[in-house]
Amino acid sequence: MKIVALSGSNVGSKTRTAMDYTMKAIHKKNPEADVTLIDLAEYDVQFSDGRNYLEYDGDTGYVTKTIMEADAIIIGTPIFQASIPATLKNIFDLLPVNALRDKVVSILVTAGSQKHYLVVEHQLKPILGYMKAEIVQTYVFIEEVNFYRKEITSDDVFLRIDRLVEDTVVLTETYTKIREAKEAEYDF
Amino acid sequence: MEKYRIDQSKGMEFGLYTLGDHLPNPLTGERISAEQRIHEIIELAKLADQAGLDFFSVGESHQEYFATQAHAVVLSAIAQATENIKIASSSTIISTSDPVRVYENFATLDLISKGRAELVAGRASRIGLFDLLGYNVRDYEELFEEKFDLLRKINEEEVVNWSGEYRASLKNAKVLPRPKNGSLPIWRAVGGSPASAIKAGYAGVPMFMAHLGGPASVFKRTVDAYREAAERGGFDPTELPIATAGFFYAADTSQQALKDLYPHINEGMKKTNGQGFPKQHFAQGVDPHNIMNIGSPQEIIEKILYQHELFGHQRYIAQMDFGGMPFDKLRKNIELIGTEILPAIKKHTAKK
Repeated sequence: MKIVALSGSNVGSKTRTAMDYTMKAIHKKNPEADVTLIDLAEYDVQFSDGRNYLEYDGDTGYVTKTIMEADAIIIGTPIFQASIPATLKNIFDLLPVNALRDKVVSILVTAGSQKHYLVVEHQLKPILGYMKAEIVQTYVFIEEVNFYRKEITSDDVFLRIDRLVEDTVVLTETYTKIREAKEAEYDF
Repeated sequence: MEKYRIDQSKGMEFGLYTLGDHLPNPLTGERISAEQRIHEIIELAKLADQAGLDFFSVGESHQEYFATQAHAVVLSAIAQATENIKIASSSTIISTSDPVRVYENFATLDLISKGRAELVAGRASRIGLFDLLGYNVRDYEELFEEKFDLLRKINEEEVVNWSGEYRASLKNAKVLPRPKNGSLPIWRAVGGSPASAIKAGYAGVPMFMAHLGGPASVFKRTVDAYREAAERGGFDPTELPIATAGFFYAADTSQQALKDLYPHINEGMKKTNGQGFPKQHFAQGVDPHNIMNIGSPQEIIEKILYQHELFGHQRYIAQMDFGGMPFDKLRKNIELIGTEILPAIKKHTAKK
């Protein structure tokens, strides 16, 4: 199983801190999984200009191809101005229609205020649905007060991330089995 | 329709098109050489000609897994190898070429083939050629519209006066040689969405509509939008031909057809577009109302006649060589088309 952990912002540290723990949780529970962390802060990704994702070079090509090869994607995102960051939206814009078909996508959010809790429901899930992702419905919402100098300070957050990772893996295995069984029925 | 060399009393035209893809056969993992692929395309055109098909066309894609970048050169070999079949591009990316040079090539092709050449101009669905040939993809639409206008002007006027943004002006320019009968049929390639079809309609240009999958009725909207736009543009839609183009494969049974074709489409699309074709969607391809012409010869005949009733189009172009399809399978398909499918289509669509 190929998992991409996508840290969706090039500003701040809280999402990355939470994604680092997410990576640890995946390694601990699923040592056989092939996991790649992509922190968009570490890549020079260009804005989408409409070409096919295979035609991008350099960091942009690496990021798009790695995501397209994944079976599961765990998206980590902060909330900026009551929405997802432009860096993350750009990733969706770089990918083709139906890019997330047959992929399980789960979400972890960091936010400065509880007021942002429904931003994922209103703004991120519709994009993922449009792109045909199998969405893990429950997401992990982490408030700023749960961090102290690049450390998570709440046991509740650790346990919720553990459950998110478990749900992502279980659903990916399940959907893979369902798909294989269904495809075998077609007999071509 | 005469202007476009179409005689509806003979029934709907039936042709083949190739993108000129050069992909491995997914069943063996092996890829023939570019030399062999090009010769097989020429051979396919020859077989199509002998089987009585009306049309054969070759596309240009400037990227990995394609072999007919110089499609006009390939067409010229086909012109020499065939006798009656019409030959064309599918399509020529006019945006990144000089319309004068393109016209010179296709007028020459028309002379070599003794009046059988046509030109289908498109905007490119794969845009790698913009970088390769030194164009800015941000000019994607304007490059096409301006150069397509110039191409049509060259076709219609022997002495051209023209100025635009993307090419040096032409003053009393004669673009030579002229095609056998003075002009060529020039079509606009449309990717299935109504927006581009409307542009073709307004300009009164024949439409070459490509379709991947889905219900045929969806594409009827594009056809209607085209004809409505033509009427608003002051043209008579009954004088403007429409061609439809898409996947085709005939075998003894529809199940066998799906089995033979699927790996080629799925693996080929993964390599050229980065995404495969979902089995669920592909399985629906054999539905009588699905636009993909996959099935037994009888099922395909019924599908094509249904599409003809829906669209009232003048030409159907089949793509069956995508994704490293072995040549013996192509030969078998041509045989089925020539002996069973084509005669039935002609019989039922001939206008008295």
